[in-house]
Amino acid sequence: MWEATKLTLKLAFVTTLLLLILGTPIAWWLSRSKSFIKEIIGTLVALPLVLPPTVLGFYLLLLLSPQGNFGSWLSEVFGSPFPFSFKGLVVGSVIYSLPFVVQPIRNSFEAIGEHSLEAAASLRASPFDVFFSIALPLARPGILTGSVLGFAHTVGEFGVILMLGGNIPGETKVLSVAIYDYVESLQWEKAHVLAGGMIGFSFCVILATTLIERHWREKRS
Amino acid sequence: MSRFEAEFKGRLGNFEVDVSFTLPQTGITALFGPSGCGKTTILRCIAGLTQLEGNLVVDGKSWQDSSNFLPTHRRPIGYVFQDANLFPHLSVRRNLEYGLKRIQNTQKTKLWEEITEMLGLEALLDREPSRLSGGEKQRVAIGRALLSAPEILLMDEPLSALDRFSKMEILPYLQRLHLDLKVPIVYVSHDLQEIEQLADWMILLEKGHVIAQGSISGLLANPQLPLARLPEAAVILEGSMQDFDSKYCLSKIAVNGGSLTLSQNLGVVGSRHRLRILAREVGIAKSWQDGDASFLNVLSAIIVDIQPFGEQQATVFLRLGKQANGDALLARITRKSCDVLQLKKGDEVKALIKSVGLMGVPTVDQAG
Repeated sequence: MWEATKLTLKLAFVTTLLLLILGTPIAWWLSRSKSFIKEIIGTLVALPLVLPPTVLGFYLLLLLSPQGNFGSWLSEVFGSPFPFSFKGLVVGSVIYSLPFVVQPIRNSFEAIGEHSLEAAASLRASPFDVFFSIALPLARPGILTGSVLGFAHTVGEFGVILMLGGNIPGETKVLSVAIYDYVESLQWEKAHVLAGGMIGFSFCVILATTLIERHWREKRS
Repeated sequence: MSRFEAEFKGRLGNFEVDVSFTLPQTGITALFGPSGCGKTTILRCIAGLTQLEGNLVVDGKSWQDSSNFLPTHRRPIGYVFQDANLFPHLSVRRNLEYGLKRIQNTQKTKLWEEITEMLGLEALLDREPSRLSGGEKQRVAIGRALLSAPEILLMDEPLSALDRFSKMEILPYLQRLHLDLKVPIVYVSHDLQEIEQLADWMILLEKGHVIAQGSISGLLANPQLPLARLPEAAVILEGSMQDFDSKYCLSKIAVNGGSLTLSQNLGVVGSRHRLRILAREVGIAKSWQDGDASFLNVLSAIIVDIQPFGEQQATVFLRLGKQANGDALLARITRKSCDVLQLKKGDEVKALIKSVGLMGVPTVDQAG
């Protein structure tokens, strides 16, 4: 039980970190670009919102499989195949949770508007400088929301993981899968501990986020 | 030769922008025209925030030509936006430091002290932008722009978002800027009175074209321009204090082609003052005997042009002095008076001035 919890938290932390590194520049570009390609990229990023996780998991399994060209190249570079491994779960989670991180960050970048950015440019700040000194700090509420949603969504993930990672204890057996297993084998007590724990955890996370955002808002006005 | 030459061409909404102008070395140049005439666009082109085709040469250095376009952050400009645009996540102090940190300047401490003192910012330093009044915000924005040591200051209607009270509060600072600052200022406004108080030069715009550029006093009284056809047409006169009559508290200001009396103590002899005289505050007499009426300001002038104004009125363009070589003056009188007096170009007349506005601080109309 503890093993599954540890693995889930590890997966969620790694995924959230990667999502922030990857999602923030994508969100910035989506909020600033005027090109048509932006709509296509934006749609691709949003796809996991509507696709059944099994569909996503199925295609990821095919893509990452060492039988394919891309998959065999990947497993050569990383030393072992991706499906049925922690690495594979990370890839799946990142793609699956991407819209939950990109969308709030993009919204808060868009809410900054041109004004502050133009003022910064007129004060000799290069675009790179503007991004770090103005855009990132002003988008803080969106980044917080994005991180929390990405983290929580990864913790609760089930379908993609089952398709891509199976059920290997300590490697791919995360909380949601463990709960499913306990219920299947009629160990309701254990299922209760995990499921109840998840409810408590989610409640705390969302409450904490709301309070932090409220604190920031009050500080600014 | 001017150190600043600009030329911009391009489409803007439903009309073409096609302007070319130069700027003087110092002083405030107003970009004036009706809403939507392209004033702000031109200012943004100078800053590099908007890109139209064109050429821009400053101090012999090209900021823009057919093959290169210097991005905004590489141009030594200061830009004051209509609504301050302070960074909401930084305190006033850190807002002010933002540009200062990013320049190469050995005298940053001195610059900091000068600017914060000039704009009265010391008391605001530790506040958050959201806790400032509109006028305070704009003062911080001006300070922030100046602390980036600009070679040209661009101001986009900095007073238009403020209420009357805040305007009154900030105008003295702008006038001080005008006196203390060694860099040229380009000032966009659609408020003629604001420009009359601040600007030395004016570029008059209409639908994306420059219709005139020159000194503000010359443009205001130019019969060919629409300014003299406005209901609030006025002239700006600059003069120096000549004499103070302590018995009646009257100051005598010498202008080009005559002198004006204001019932206010304007300080030491020799001090410079800017005066504004509304066309509707000026009457005309064919002849005049001293002591005939209560007017203090009666000046000899020559009629240089007469234009109808509406159904009943006419605008008379005057030059002070008997040789018509003094300052210009406008008089708005009824067409009937015009006919009764049989006024025509070249006539020598007396201009009777009901009141002279002092364009200093506080701005008070002085009965004459």
